[in-house]
Amino acid sequence: MKIADKEHSAVATIKHALEKAHKFQSRYNVFNWINDDAIKRAEEIDARIARGEKIGRLAGVPYALKNNFLSRQGGTTASAKILTEFSSPIDATTVAKLEAEGAIMIGRTNLDAFAHGSSTENSYFGTTKNACDFERVAGGSSGGSAVAVALGIVDFATGTDTGGSIRQPASFNGVYGFKPTYGAISRYGVVAMASSTDCIGFFTQNARDLDLLMRISAGQDSRDLTTLPNFYQDSKVQEVRKIGIIEDFDPEHIDTEVLNIMQKRVEQLQKSGYEVVKLSMPALKYALPAYYIIVPAEISSNLSRYDGVRYGWRSEEARDLDELYKQTRDQGFMPENKRRIMIGNFVLSAGFYDAYYLKAAKARTLIIQEYMRAFKQCDLILSLVAPNPAFKLGSKTHDPVSMYMEDIMTVPVSLAGLPALSIPVGKTAAGLPVGLQLIGPQRSDRTLLRFAEQVADLGCGEQNITESNKREEK
Amino acid sequence: MKYLPTIGIECHVQLATKTKLFSEVDNDARLKDPNSCVSPIDYGLPGMLPRLNGAAILYVIRAGLALNAQINLFSRFDRKHYYYPDLPKGYQITQLFQPLIGSGYVELPSHKRIRIEHAHLEEDAGKLSHADGYSLVDLNRAGTPLVEIVSEADMHSAAEAREYAKELWRLMTYAGVTYGDLYNGNMRFDVNISIAPEDSDKLGTRTEIKNLNSFRAVERVVEYEVKRQTKLLEKGQKVKQETRGWNDAVGETTAQRSKETAQDYRYMPDPDLPPIRLEAKTIDEQRKQMPKMPADYRTWLDGVLPNDIIEILLDYQGLMEKLSEVSVILLEQQNMLEKINATLKKLANLFSSVLLAEENTSLLNDALPSARQLIDLAEMNDRKELSSTAMKQVFLKFFDPEMRYKESLTIAKELGVMQDNDVESLAQIVDEVLAKPETQKAQADYLAGQEKVLGFLVGQVMKASHGKANPATVGEILRQKLST
Repeated sequence: MKIADKEHSAVATIKHALEKAHKFQSRYNVFNWINDDAIKRAEEIDARIARGEKIGRLAGVPYALKNNFLSRQGGTTASAKILTEFSSPIDATTVAKLEAEGAIMIGRTNLDAFAHGSSTENSYFGTTKNACDFERVAGGSSGGSAVAVALGIVDFATGTDTGGSIRQPASFNGVYGFKPTYGAISRYGVVAMASSTDCIGFFTQNARDLDLLMRISAGQDSRDLTTLPNFYQDSKVQEVRKIGIIEDFDPEHIDTEVLNIMQKRVEQLQKSGYEVVKLSMPALKYALPAYYIIVPAEISSNLSRYDGVRYGWRSEEARDLDELYKQTRDQGFMPENKRRIMIGNFVLSAGFYDAYYLKAAKARTLIIQEYMRAFKQCDLILSLVAPNPAFKLGSKTHDPVSMYMEDIMTVPVSLAGLPALSIPVGKTAAGLPVGLQLIGPQRSDRTLLRFAEQVADLGCGEQNITESNKREEK
Repeated sequence: MKYLPTIGIECHVQLATKTKLFSEVDNDARLKDPNSCVSPIDYGLPGMLPRLNGAAILYVIRAGLALNAQINLFSRFDRKHYYYPDLPKGYQITQLFQPLIGSGYVELPSHKRIRIEHAHLEEDAGKLSHADGYSLVDLNRAGTPLVEIVSEADMHSAAEAREYAKELWRLMTYAGVTYGDLYNGNMRFDVNISIAPEDSDKLGTRTEIKNLNSFRAVERVVEYEVKRQTKLLEKGQKVKQETRGWNDAVGETTAQRSKETAQDYRYMPDPDLPPIRLEAKTIDEQRKQMPKMPADYRTWLDGVLPNDIIEILLDYQGLMEKLSEVSVILLEQQNMLEKINATLKKLANLFSSVLLAEENTSLLNDALPSARQLIDLAEMNDRKELSSTAMKQVFLKFFDPEMRYKESLTIAKELGVMQDNDVESLAQIVDEVLAKPETQKAQADYLAGQEKVLGFLVGQVMKASHGKANPATVGEILRQKLST
C-alpha cells in the first residue's frame, strides 16, 4: 500500500480511486459522501515526496471511512437522519492516526443507521448492494466499507464490529475483515453502539495489510479508558498447531454449500499438517439472546444523547420540549434503531433489570469461560462467519429475528471480546463469496493475522476482486 | 395528637477540583460566560468517552474521612437515564450499585450522631434559564464532580436538620472537599420529611423537597412541612408521597411530581468506565493530610471557651487554625496552660466581638494577622500596655493594607494608644489635676467619705493623659495621695 514505492503518484492514485467511487456509486450506493477534496491531500503528499521529505507508512493510500467515525472532513451521520447536518469539530483517534501516516480518505461509507443491522438496508441513505451481486445485500452494518474494498475502490476501509458488523460483510463480499481484541484500538470519536462490545477494525484485500493497519492504529489511548495497554506491536506470534472446530451449531440452519466449503477447508488444513480438534461449547447457545439484551440496553443508553437539543437534525414542528424529544427521535431514527431502543429500555426497566440484564451478564461470563476452556485445547478456532452467503435484498427486512440470526456465529466472539478475522475462502455455485472466521484468544491478534497469511499461501484466501471489477467494467 | 417528624437529607457537594469529572475543562465557571467551560465530552458529542479525573476520587476520599465513613476499595460507575436539556448525554454518570463511600456518621455539636447511609461520586448537570417562549441551556456546570451524601432518617426536628446541614458544610469545607459557596450552589440539600404519632413505631408517608441551598431554607422547609402534614393528618387526610418545590420568597412548598409519575431511571453499569480500585495506601495518604476537624476543635477548646463562642468560631476554619497556631507557639515557649488558655480566650473574644461584628465581616476575606502579632497583642494587654479598647483598635489595623505587616507594638505606638503605666509620670499628672480649681470640690467630697467621686477624678486624669493612662494605676495613685 505504499505510494512512494510505486510508479504512480498519489494524485494519480487518488484520482483513480475517486473516479471508481463515482462510477460505482449509483449502482452500489457505497458512499454517503465522496471526498473530492482528497486530490488536494494527494497533491500535498506528492509535493512532500518531491521534496524528499519523510512520508508516512500510508502516504497517498486511499481509504474509505465508515460513516460512524468522527472526522472533520464531511459530515458524520452514522447514516441516520438524526445526525444529518452534524459536522464534527474533532477527529476520531483512528482517523488521526491514519491521516498522520498519510492515508487519504476518499469517502464516507454507508452503514445501517447507527450500525444497527446486518445488511446495510437500515440506512437513511438507502441500501448498499453486494459487490458480487447487486440484487443481494452487502451485509452489515459496515456494508459500504466492505463493498468499497471488494470493488477495489480503495486499498482499505475502516469498520466497526459490535456483533459481526465487519466479519459478516467481509464474508459476503469476499474480502478480509478484522475485528481485533476488544480494547486494542481506541473507540474515541466513533459513534457508540454498544460500548462493551464495540470494536474498531478494517477491511483489506489481504492479511498483511491488516497487520500494517494494526501497527498504526492499535494502542492505549488516554481518551478511551477501555483501551488495553499496548500489546499488538510487542506481542509474539505463537505457533499454530491445533485448530478447534465448534460442534454445537445446528447444521439444519446452515446453508449446505457454505457447510461444504467449510468442510473442504478443514480437510485441506488437516492435509497440511494441522491438528483439528472438535470443541463442545454448549454455552454459546446463550450468546444470541444474551447479546440481544446487553447490546440493546447499551444502545438505548448510548442513543439517549440524540435529542435534537444540541446538534444534528431536529423536528421543526415541535411546540414544546416533550414534542421536541418525541418528534425528533421518532422521525430521526430508523425503525430498527427504535426497536433496539425499546428492547433496551424494557430490559433496563425497574423490576426487569435482574431478570434480563443481570442474567445476560451472567451468561456472558459463562461464554467467556467457555472460550477460555476451548483455548486450552486448541490454538485458534475456525468457524463460519454467517450461516449463509449474501441473501436477497429485502428478504429479511420484515423479520427482525431472522436478521438477528445472521449474527449467531459472530456475537459469541463479540461478547467475549476476542479477536476474529473473516477470510474469503471460496464461492458458492452462484458465485457468492463465503468467508471463514478465525478466532483467537484475547490479544492473539498478531498470531491470528500471521496464520491468515499462511493459509492464504495454502490457497485458502481466494480473491474475487478482479472478477467483480471485470464484470463492472464491461 | 403529638407527631414526631423524621427527616433524612441528601446533600450534593460540588468538589473543588481544577477540572471536571470526565473532561479537562475548567471546573470553576463562576464569573465566566455561559457555555465557555464545555468540552466535547461535556457537550455529549457522538463518540465521546469519559476520562476520569483522578483528583475527584481523592476529594471524595477526604469527604469520606470527614464523615468517619467506610471507604470502599472497589467501586463502580453507573448510568442514570432521564431526558432534560441540561443533561447532554441523556444520562448522568453516578454510582448506584457500588459507591465509593459506605456508612459513616456526622456528629452534631450536641454530640448526637446522624448516620450516613453512603456517599457517592457523580457528575452535575447544566443549568437552564427560562425566557418568554424559549429556554437557554448553559452547560458550564455539566460534568462538575459532586459527592452526594445520603443520611439515614435520623433527624427529628427542624433545628436538628439545620444543625446537620451546617455541620456537613463545616466538614466539607474543613476537609477542602468544596469551596462551600452556598450562594453559588456549591452545596444543595434534598430534604425528606415524614411525620408519625409519637408513640407509633411506623414512619409516615414522606415528601421530598429538593434543591435547597441554605441552612435557613432547610430549617424553614421542615417547619413548614411538619405543619402542613400535621394539618392534613388532623383533618383525617393522607400525606401524598411526592416531590415538592420550595418557594423561599413565599415560604411554602408546592407539589411537583407524585410517586405515580416518578421516572424509571433505567440504571445500568457504565461500560465506558472501568471500576475504581483503590489501594489502602492512597486512603492513608489522604488521612495524613486531613486537617483538624470541628470535633477536634470542640474537644480541644472544651472548658477553655464557652460553647456558644466555640460554635460561632467553628464557622471560620481560618480562625480556628489561628488559635491552634497560637497555642502551639505558646506551648513551645513553655507557657503555663492557664496562661495559654487565657490568651486563647482573649483572642477568641477579639475574634467574635470585632471580626464577626456585622460591620467587619468583610475582613474575613482578607488574610488573618500572624500568630505572632496576635500573641504580642494579647501580651501587651496582659501587661496593661493596651486597654481593651486599644487592643481592638490595633487588631483592626492588622487588616489595613498599610499596617498589616507591622509588629503590634509599632502599630500601637503609631496609633498612640499605648497605656502609661509609669507611676512617676502618672503621679505628676495626678498632681497637676489635683491642683486644678475644678477638682477641689471633688477632693473635699472624697475626703468626706464619698468614695464615688474617685471615678470623676480618675476621669479627669485620663483626660489629661489623653486616654493613655492606665485607669487602675491612676486610681491607686489618687487613693494614696488623698489619704496622706
